Parts: sequence; structure tokens; C-alpha cells
Amino acid sequence: MGNIVSLRKVAKRYTRGKEVVEVLHSLDLDIAEGDFVALMGPSGSGKTTLLNLIGGLDRPTEGEVIVAGEHIDRLSGAALARWRARHVGFVFQFYNLMPMLSAQGNVELPLLLTRLSAAQRRANALTALTIVGLADRARHKPSELSGGQQQRVAIARALVADPTLLVCDEPTGDLDRRTADEILGLLQVLNREHGKTVIMVTHDPKAAEYARRQLHMDKGALVDGQVS
Amino acid sequence: MKYFPLLWATLWRKKTRTIFTLLSIVIAFLLFGMLQGVNAAFQQGVTNANVNRLIVTSRISLTEPLPIAQKPLIEAVPGVAGVAYASWFGAYYQEQKNFVFATPVDIDDYLKVVPELKIAPEQIEALKRTRTGLIVGLDLMQKYGWKVGDRIPLHSTIWVKKDDGNSDWAFDIVGTYNFTTDPSQNNGALFNYSYFDEARTFGAGTIGWWIVSVRDPNQSAQIAAAIDKLFENSPDETKSQSEKEFAQSFLKQFGDINFIVQAILGAVFFTLLFLTGNTMMQAVRERIPELAVLKTLGFSDAKVTVLVLAESLLLCLIAAALGLLVASLLFPMLKDYIGAVKLPTSVLVRGAGIAVLLALATGGLPAWRAKRLVIVDALAGR
Repeated sequence: MGNIVSLRKVAKRYTRGKEVVEVLHSLDLDIAEGDFVALMGPSGSGKTTLLNLIGGLDRPTEGEVIVAGEHIDRLSGAALARWRARHVGFVFQFYNLMPMLSAQGNVELPLLLTRLSAAQRRANALTALTIVGLADRARHKPSELSGGQQQRVAIARALVADPTLLVCDEPTGDLDRRTADEILGLLQVLNREHGKTVIMVTHDPKAAEYARRQLHMDKGALVDGQVS
Repeated sequence: MKYFPLLWATLWRKKTRTIFTLLSIVIAFLLFGMLQGVNAAFQQGVTNANVNRLIVTSRISLTEPLPIAQKPLIEAVPGVAGVAYASWFGAYYQEQKNFVFATPVDIDDYLKVVPELKIAPEQIEALKRTRTGLIVGLDLMQKYGWKVGDRIPLHSTIWVKKDDGNSDWAFDIVGTYNFTTDPSQNNGALFNYSYFDEARTFGAGTIGWWIVSVRDPNQSAQIAAAIDKLFENSPDETKSQSEKEFAQSFLKQFGDINFIVQAILGAVFFTLLFLTGNTMMQAVRERIPELAVLKTLGFSDAKVTVLVLAESLLLCLIAAALGLLVASLLFPMLKDYIGAVKLPTSVLVRGAGIAVLLALATGGLPAWRAKRLVIVDALAGR
């Protein structure tokens, strides 16, 4: 399989007051289509910044970011938004669901950007909720769901538009071990059975074991890589 | 339309706050509807004024009488098509609050210069035959449940009768009139000037004002000047105005209603702007992570901006619609005071326009903030 993510000499610098902080230093990275990669490293090592660049949420200061065949560092703001809608599903540590919408309403959100009819949107959202095992909770608000269930809804929202890759930032960071294992198992199923490329940032070595490959970062650079 | 459920859910995210904000806007638009309605009703008299008519009053004051002997002189002015007269009777029915705009006229002259007043021919004849006859506007008949043939008393606050020293004048209703071009005038009554002139204790041979119809409205100013010239330096100098000017100057006796209304509403909406603007800002501030998630999912900056503006628009339009609905339900209750029975459509349209402007003004800043929101900073809580 070809690479779905290619980063070439990517650097990212932030200006904090008068100080310039270089978070990523001339980083090269390739991730193959269908891979499940765990990005690990201490706090401040640049994991989330790297994830944000791959997910098209941020732009590099230098270098090229090619994801799903697109030089996303060259896209305009509107084009990048369209690209994200088409290619990336995001899963966050704290779920980031809309509290006033039901599980189904949350999962339907990405589909509002498509040309699907209301009935098709409903059907697709229900399918995504079925995949994550929450079809019976479709009408529940996030506040009526447990943390693990909320994260399942977030995963359903991430995959409902059939994205090329799933980008997960500490998806189990707020969950207990058992629930975390369920969520990681689900991500594994999505990777192995549905062919989704998964890139996951985690602090948790046990969570990283679910990935096919672990990448370690320190001080803005990749340290080594291993296949689990 | 597909974004409506999202907008609706977002609007009601904080129910109590939304309800209070909604209520404050509803009350502002209720006030807007009522005040603009009253203003429009007053201005309606000006708008409906006939361009073919002049009103001639005493130069000193509207209450100063003019001699009826002026009539042939005015009739002789070139361009004058007809001359009628009327007087202020100052009547009420049973109680002082039941004001009745009853006017003594010569019915033939009056109908000649006010042709839009429709009376059945046999009722005109009945008025001429019946000294104490009274022709009543359709709305006034309905208001008091009067019928043709009824004998009713009207109390005059000015005129006392010679024969009994009483201010209660008895009238026999002989017909009804319909003012076709301005239904708000169907609240009055007309009676024989001859009865009035003969029966009153003072002022015989005088009238309150002249109503002059002209052949060519373009010549109104010249004809008005010619009439005033006729009586220049006489004890009864006149002031001739177009019906529109007369209506305007009559209104100004109450003060500049238009200015007062605009000033009150200006203050109300200025306050509302800050109140609603602050609420919208607060609502957006609380939702920064949610807006960042929308952008993460692929909603563009423009789309998020439009969503915030649409939320503001939805809030303002719902509140304006409720406020104007309540105003249009309450407005008919003012019928007895201002004559108008329905909130003018122009007020509703203006209200909708103001609601849109209010939404743009209050939603503009939050929408701009949402547009400029940087996803990674917002998600990181920076």
C-alpha cells in the first residue's frame, strides 16, 4: 500500500511574546494507508502538534504535509475545511460532543456538509451508531451517556462521513482501563475490518499496544519506531 | 433548512437566558408595534387628506369663529369648485369619555366638497326634512348599538340651547354614512347647521371653518392666497391651508408625535442592542470549544459566521414576530381613541426590517469572533 501521510522537513514554530518556540524540527514521516500508528512521548514533545498538522487543523512553518494525496499545507482556509470534511475523522480526549444535540444529532453533524437528504443522513448516522454499539442510545443527550458511551458517539461522528483516516488525540485519556480497552478494541476493528488508517496520540503504553506501529517523539523529533 | 435543528438546539442551549432575552426583545417590539401603530394612525389622517381641498380657518385660532357671510366671497374666487362649512360642537354621549365628533353642516354643500362620504339619497332627504336629524358614521352606530329612528342625546361642552339653557341636544338618527377612503372617519356624526345655529345661545351666523374644494390641485396655493387676500385687514382674517397642511398642524397641537415616538423607540432599541449583543457574545464565548469542533469537522469560517448570525437572526425574528403579534392583538383596543382598527402593514414590515438589523448588529461581533477562532488554540483552551 502507498503512503497516506508524508511529511517532509516539517518544522513548526510558535511565537509566545518575544520568544520563538520550535515545537517540531525538520521532521520526516511516512504513514502507510491502512496503518494504525500510536504517537507517544512526554508532554511537550510535539505529538499533538504533529497530529494537528496531519489532520489539517494547523499549518507547518516550514516543510510539506501531504495527506491523502493533497499538499494540505498549500490549501486555502476554505479548501482545507472541505478537505477535512472529506478525509479526516477526529476523536478527542474529552469527546467534544454538542451537549444540546442527541447522540444521533451529533453523529449527523459532519453529514450536514454533504448533499445527503435528511433521511439519508439519519440512516447513515444510525449505521455509524450501530457500528459503535450505540444504536439503542441514538436519542440520548451526551449528559445521559457514560464517558465510554460518549467516546463511542464521538467515534461514530468521526467515521460517519467515511473518512480516509481517523485522527485520535488521547482517545482513552479520560476513561477507566476497561472502557479504554473497549474503545481501543473498537479502533482496532475499524482499522482491521473497515480499513481505516488510524493515527492516535497517547501517553498510555497499554493503549499504544493496540497499534500496529508505535512512534516515539521527544523534543519535537521522532526518536524511533517499532511494529507491535 | 438542514441547519435549522442545529440552530434551534443551539438557541435553547441555555433555556432561561434565551427566554429572558426573548422576552426583552418581545417587549421592545410590542412597544414598537403599539407606538408606531399610534403614530401611523395619526399620520394616516395626513396621508388620506384630499389634495383637492383647502381648509380655511380664522388666522387667530382654529377656535375663533368666522362669519357665514364670507361664503359667497370665497365661492367667487377663481378656481373654487365648492364651499362647505363646519363647526366644532364638542359633544359626548352619556359620559365625558364617550367623545363624539358631531359636526353641524349644510349637507348639500358638504357632500359637494366631500364626495367620498356616502349617504343613501333617501337619508339625505330625511336629514333635510328633520330639523334634529343626525347622520351617524357606521362605526359609531355599531359602537353604541344605535338604529335609524333612535332619539339620542348628545351633550355639548360648548354650546347651550336658547330655549331651555341646557347643553343636552336631542337628535333623531335618520341615516348612516360611510367614509369610503378613510374608514377611521366613520366614528363621527353630521347634523343640520340650521338647527344648531338657531338653537344656540351665542355665535349665530358664524361657522368654525370653511372646507373649499378646488378645480385644479396645482392651483391650491394660489387659491389659498387669494382667499386670505380677500379678508386681509378685516376683523375676520383667514388662514387657508391644504387639507394635508391642516391635518399636520392639527397634529402638532399634541406635540411632534413622530419625534416623541422615534425618540422613545431609539432609546429602547439602543438599550436592547447592548443587552442582546452582550447575551450573544456570552453565548458564543461559552461555545468556543463547540465552534472549534464544528470547524474541525469541516465547517468553514464563513459557514460558522453565518451560523452565529443565523442564530441571532432566529432569536430576533421570533421575538419580533411575537411582539408584533401581541401588538396587533392589542391595537384594536385603541380604536376609540385613535380611530384605527388594524395595525398598519407598514408597521409590521418595518418591524421585521428592524429585527433583521438588530440581529446583524448584535450577532455581528460574535460572528466575527467565531470566524477568527483558531481551531488548535480553541481546542487547547487558549
